[in-house]
Amino acid sequence: MASTIRVRATSSGETTEVQALIQHPMDSGYVKDAKGDLIPPHFIQELTFEYDGKAVFVADWGPAVSKDPYVKFSFRGGKKGDDLKISWVDNKGATDTTTAKIQ
Amino acid sequence: MRSAIQLASAALALAALCLGAGPSAAAADAPDPAADARAFQKFFTDKFPRLKPADFVNGPYSMNEDMHRQWEEKEQFPPYDFSLDLGKEMFDKPFKNGKSYADCFPDKGIGIRQNYPYFDEKEGKVVTLELALNRCREANGEAPFSYVKDEMAALTAYMAFTSRGKPFDIKIPSDPRALAAYENGKRYFYTRRGQLNFSCASCHVQNPGERIRAEVLAPALGILNAMPIYRSEWGGMGTISRRFTTCNSQIRGVPLEPQADEYRDLEYYLSYVSNGLPISGPGARP
Amino acid sequence: MSNIARSAFSLAALLLVAGATPASAASSEADFKAAFGAAEAANKQAGVLRNQWTVTAGALAEAKKAADKGDFDAAVASSKEAEALARASIFQAESEKDAWQALDIH
Repeated sequence: MASTIRVRATSSGETTEVQALIQHPMDSGYVKDAKGDLIPPHFIQELTFEYDGKAVFVADWGPAVSKDPYVKFSFRGGKKGDDLKISWVDNKGATDTTTAKIQ
Repeated sequence: MRSAIQLASAALALAALCLGAGPSAAAADAPDPAADARAFQKFFTDKFPRLKPADFVNGPYSMNEDMHRQWEEKEQFPPYDFSLDLGKEMFDKPFKNGKSYADCFPDKGIGIRQNYPYFDEKEGKVVTLELALNRCREANGEAPFSYVKDEMAALTAYMAFTSRGKPFDIKIPSDPRALAAYENGKRYFYTRRGQLNFSCASCHVQNPGERIRAEVLAPALGILNAMPIYRSEWGGMGTISRRFTTCNSQIRGVPLEPQADEYRDLEYYLSYVSNGLPISGPGARP
Repeated sequence: MSNIARSAFSLAALLLVAGATPASAASSEADFKAAFGAAEAANKQAGVLRNQWTVTAGALAEAKKAADKGDFDAAVASSKEAEALARASIFQAESEKDAWQALDIH
């Protein structure tokens, strides 16, 4: 199955800028469906970016984050050609992981 | 008594708006769409002299510098990506009877979005891309999609994408019915409706770049070039049908059915007066 | 003052007068049916003109809800409000037949 994570990481020597778009419904649990029943909460709880074995960015998310979240951040370091590992876990225990090369 | 006063003040507001409407029109001359389009484009390029004509297809992003910067970043990872991928998948997948969308359209349906809507002289009506897609489905034994989102948005997103950069090339054949449809669309665009008494022009001709509540208004020139759009307000994709119907209800007018004659004609008018501007769809909006 | 504005002011005056008449006795179900019927007919006419307002539908729904609860005073009031809104939407459609041209870019 195709990954839910699209990522682009570009190194400018000293810093690496990372952008990611993640496909996930991010249901808050407060919205009702057409029949009037609550759509149960289904959202990413933890999102982690790892470089060289260390976490460079960790997000603890909750129901306030919208559907198909987009993240952008920079971290010091990171070389062209190196791997960046991204993974998430949601409140139902589902996960996804992908590895991208820094450009 | 209270409600009577509210209604009276609504009527007074209506009267005040009529007072501000300007001189009453002279008798209508023969329609001249080409002249209309020139005047339409000149109106907007005069109003925003620092913009190139092609910039108008970005709607509010060309109206506000801060929004433009955010949008440029977002375009690297646009929120319509998932819908676009789905659209390509759907477009390539054959129907149960073995045929596919490519069999319904010229050039196998690739790179043709800029020709829609067109006036169908056999039917005597305007045919939009959304309408053509559902007709294709029904002609091949498949159930039609809802016009406003999801699958229809994904399909039109893909077809728009294959036409990116191509200028709108809407034709009005010298058929009085085509001219009448064009005029009907034009009339719809400028007609006030809904309890809030807005016409499309109230926002998109009289106030582009201004705010309505928290939103920056897009200019009418090029307003369909980015469709379908992923709209943050919707939390998802929406088609031209979605935008027309929701705009009606926002001004407290009961929307017509998607692909009603008025909406088809409106799309015809708005697309024609944006002839020459590039297709930029699918798009993202706040 | 343009003709359109003149007639709009007349409409406003008409609405003020209409609302000012006090209800002397409580409304009956027959009163409600008459008022609701008039409102529905006007809204239907607005539908023919392809120019119904969402708030008209809302007022009609409120009228029905009040009538179902037996509160015919409120039901009649909502019906009259719905009728006035429907008439205003008809007025809008009629006057816009010419007025739209004032906004046209040419």
